[in-house]
Amino acid sequence: MSTGIGARVKRKEDKRFTTGKGKYTDDIRNDNQAYAAFVRSTHAHANIKGIDASAALAMDGVIEVLDGHQLTGDGIGNIICGWAVTSKDGSPMNMGAWSALATSKARYVGDAIAVVIAETQAQARIAAEAVVVDYEELPAIAHVMKAMAEDAPNIHENAPGNLIYDWELGDEALADAGLASATHITTLDLTNNRLSPNPMEPRVAIATYDDAEEHYTLHTTSQNPHVARLLLSAFYQVAPENKLRVIAPDVGGGFGAKIYVYPEEITCLWASMRTNRSIKWTSDRSEAFLTDAHGRDHVTTAKMGFDDNHKIVGFKVDTVANLGAYMSLFSSSVPTYLYATLLSGQYNIQNLHCNVRTYYTNTVPVDAYRGAGRPEATYVMERMMETAARELDMDPAELRRINFIQTFPHQTPMLMAYDAGDFPKILEMAQDAADIAGFAARKTEAAGRGKLRGIGYSTFIEACGLAPSQAAGSLGAGVGLWESAEVRVNPVGSIEILTGSHSHGQGHETTFAQIVADRFDIPIESVSIVHGDTDKVQFGMGTYGSRSAPVGMSAVVKAMDKVEAKVKKIAAHTLEAAEEDIVIEGGQVKVAGTDKAMGWHEVGLAAYIAHNLPEGMEPGLKETAFFDPVNFSFPSGAFICEVEVDPDTGVTEIIKFTAADDFGTIINPMIVEGQVHGGVTQGIGQALLEQVVYDDDGQLLTGSYMDYTMPRAADIPFFDVSHHETPSPNNPLGVKGCGEAGAIGSPPAVINAITDAIGNNNLAMPATPQAVWRAIQATKSVAAE
Amino acid sequence: MYSTKYHKPASIADATAALTAGEDATILAGGQTLLATMKQHLASPSDLVDIRAIDGLSDISADGNVLTIGAAATHTAVASSAVVRDVCPALADLASGIGDPAVRNVGTIGGSVANNDPAADYPAAMLALGATIVTNTREITADDFFEGLFSTALEDGEIITAVKITAPAKAAYAKFPQPASLFALVGVFVADGAGGVRVAVTGAGEDGVFRQGAMESALGANWSAGALDGVAASQDGLMSDMHGAADYRAHLIAVMAKRAVSAA
Repeated sequence: MSTGIGARVKRKEDKRFTTGKGKYTDDIRNDNQAYAAFVRSTHAHANIKGIDASAALAMDGVIEVLDGHQLTGDGIGNIICGWAVTSKDGSPMNMGAWSALATSKARYVGDAIAVVIAETQAQARIAAEAVVVDYEELPAIAHVMKAMAEDAPNIHENAPGNLIYDWELGDEALADAGLASATHITTLDLTNNRLSPNPMEPRVAIATYDDAEEHYTLHTTSQNPHVARLLLSAFYQVAPENKLRVIAPDVGGGFGAKIYVYPEEITCLWASMRTNRSIKWTSDRSEAFLTDAHGRDHVTTAKMGFDDNHKIVGFKVDTVANLGAYMSLFSSSVPTYLYATLLSGQYNIQNLHCNVRTYYTNTVPVDAYRGAGRPEATYVMERMMETAARELDMDPAELRRINFIQTFPHQTPMLMAYDAGDFPKILEMAQDAADIAGFAARKTEAAGRGKLRGIGYSTFIEACGLAPSQAAGSLGAGVGLWESAEVRVNPVGSIEILTGSHSHGQGHETTFAQIVADRFDIPIESVSIVHGDTDKVQFGMGTYGSRSAPVGMSAVVKAMDKVEAKVKKIAAHTLEAAEEDIVIEGGQVKVAGTDKAMGWHEVGLAAYIAHNLPEGMEPGLKETAFFDPVNFSFPSGAFICEVEVDPDTGVTEIIKFTAADDFGTIINPMIVEGQVHGGVTQGIGQALLEQVVYDDDGQLLTGSYMDYTMPRAADIPFFDVSHHETPSPNNPLGVKGCGEAGAIGSPPAVINAITDAIGNNNLAMPATPQAVWRAIQATKSVAAE
Repeated sequence: MYSTKYHKPASIADATAALTAGEDATILAGGQTLLATMKQHLASPSDLVDIRAIDGLSDISADGNVLTIGAAATHTAVASSAVVRDVCPALADLASGIGDPAVRNVGTIGGSVANNDPAADYPAAMLALGATIVTNTREITADDFFEGLFSTALEDGEIITAVKITAPAKAAYAKFPQPASLFALVGVFVADGAGGVRVAVTGAGEDGVFRQGAMESALGANWSAGALDGVAASQDGLMSDMHGAADYRAHLIAVMAKRAVSAA
């Protein structure tokens, strides 16, 4: 069976995961282990007048209680946002100070104020309850639309009116002129509901200070251990990079929430040095709800104008985004460069403008969550298209077709240059798979059972592998967005791939091995992947934004190019042939058209024994490469959702979900389908079930699974997933990235299907039974008038 | 500070002694609410008296048309009991829909009834079926037993030993789950049984389980789903929260009542 590119290779890592042999951070217990528990603000907004730790310090097992004054006193730096977004008036964004332990003011429920270090986890947690914080309660803001009110309380002194930035992209005059010329204008007010990321494994950190070496080791649940080390060293001043090792071992899901360095990791490292103990902190699910960066939370008004030929002639979007109490690492970029840039969708739109204002509120910081900005853009665009089609009394697929981009590359007015795609083709594939022709009959049959059947589309494009570094830098990014790889061919011919990408569920140990097995035609068992340890891998930018395939694998390919060149030189020298005549196949390095050959392992051995290498060649067979893509890659897809709504209760059942995707070249269809299944499931979660709710005082009401609804198996249909491959020209494999597409494309397909079923376009996410029932009642009352 | 002493008595007498001796002792029947509350440090009893090993307390039996279910019978035991299926299949159906398998395998009928969670399923069945709650000291009718939110007629130290139910002529339970917890947002148990025609509602009332009089009258005159057409449930006294406002809950009471009648 083939194990190369395109093969359904079973995941190499699953043996340990399915037999309980995975090694996660919480599985590690060091000698000299002590445990941390955090004292967290119970108020959404309060001045901290004093902290009394005397009772806690007297309790059994308590080693130390540390607060923010001690932390800042030791020179630990504030947590930063790494992407500078400039307001349209030229002023910089208003980044408020964020200390890992709050000193004078708490700004959200869960804000860390002090840490208790004790001999056991239970002792630490009980003692944390005994730390008395003297609060002076302040009025709080939970909802972003209240943050901009004139009398709103001020959350950060340097952010008057709680405004972080007021930013725009596109040409407003052109968009206005386009709308003025339109013969039909569709307007929608939309909210993109706030989500909690909920990776299966909560965050964990183990910080271990070695006072003899003055060296720190951090085991942590990170999607990007090198980025964590960089931040901890260069910005938070915990330790110099050469004195800090960050290890992210097996990690159980991230979805964006594990990109960031949080207060807990910083505090544990510092506390380890202060106490000379290894410090372990394990988040429980309640802490995860209170402190993991949330996602989405936009309020948008959109206007789209059409001419008599149903072509889009103008599109204006005005968005207000909630960034929470502090600016998390990439928070500024999500509602701007990852959002407005995708508002052209799959359509040829020339007159486009988007304005984005972001505000502080007394809630958990908001940052990237699976899709990050692109689901928000897709939701706006695809709700608009479906609604416009209904208003124009058109087939929603036809309205899309009329406006599809047909030729590539395509430069949008929103910075993006789309690489490749075939939008009509994937729409047709989805329509065929969804049996659009049979829908009318199915709707009639459902009506006979008292059910409202509806169908909804979402044809979307997204952008993966944020790039190139120079362009990202010019837009305000604080880091480069390349990836590194090292290919080590051992003397016996087996291969280790060291990558800066990080696998936390994606299956890199399989897919990265596939591209190597494919290239050198060797058994996949001979290829191992090393990642997640700053002492092993030189540097890397980690895994987020569906970048591991387009950027991480591309770096591996570049390094393999160098290995191949050297292998061919060695073989040509040994076999006394010309380099260009050497081919690698079937585990051998051959002279094409002859029976002269060396085993792959013999070349490896020759490189290391070095008895007979070409003149001037260095021994060994190990190559490194950095890959900085010339552009993003642009996966696209056409999703069709078919639902039945029970008009008596408002319950929605998803009958069928069809996904036709263009991910470019596919390395492992099984893993890609799994990504689509998972992404669509999270999208269905957003559309039907999930919603973070704070009350008006900023207390989190959805603090557990008793109130925050995660999708269950019974909520999810079987999926019909198909692929059309138009390779990306921007990387050597032609891959585009598939990790987020499902979550990006699916919410509007679900909502469009429900609104079709109930005949009311005014429906917000999550479309809970109550919300759908109310929308049905509204339709009835309109009909009765 | 949060230490708890665990007892596993073999008799009601031993259980009572442990409950009396403990400074702040509590009965552990299945723990599906209590243990979660303890983990959050919202409860910290000095003693836990686990009554599940008491002889006979998990038994399920029938004497003619009277069903007796021991307080420590798990939801799974009730759901899968041939005796319950025979005498009151609606109760077995209800038990099979409580929580999830992990909850059903540990949670008990006595624990659920004693806790009187306003969103629990069993209280609706007890009230609609006119059940009798048997304790170590007396028998209490369901009408007298459920007093309000998490509040019952049980005295300190009183232990539920069983519930007794007379087979109804007809009965069924229809639940609309709160999407996250899967507790009842609205659950309606309809019965034509020992207490006459009854409609008991859980999940919706601010004071816990209650009877819906207007629907009982309509069904008493004509036991059919159609008889409930136009019989609206009042919003007065209904809960409103992020999962369902009072008007939606009132609407669901009518829908679920009809579905229950149709299924009975």
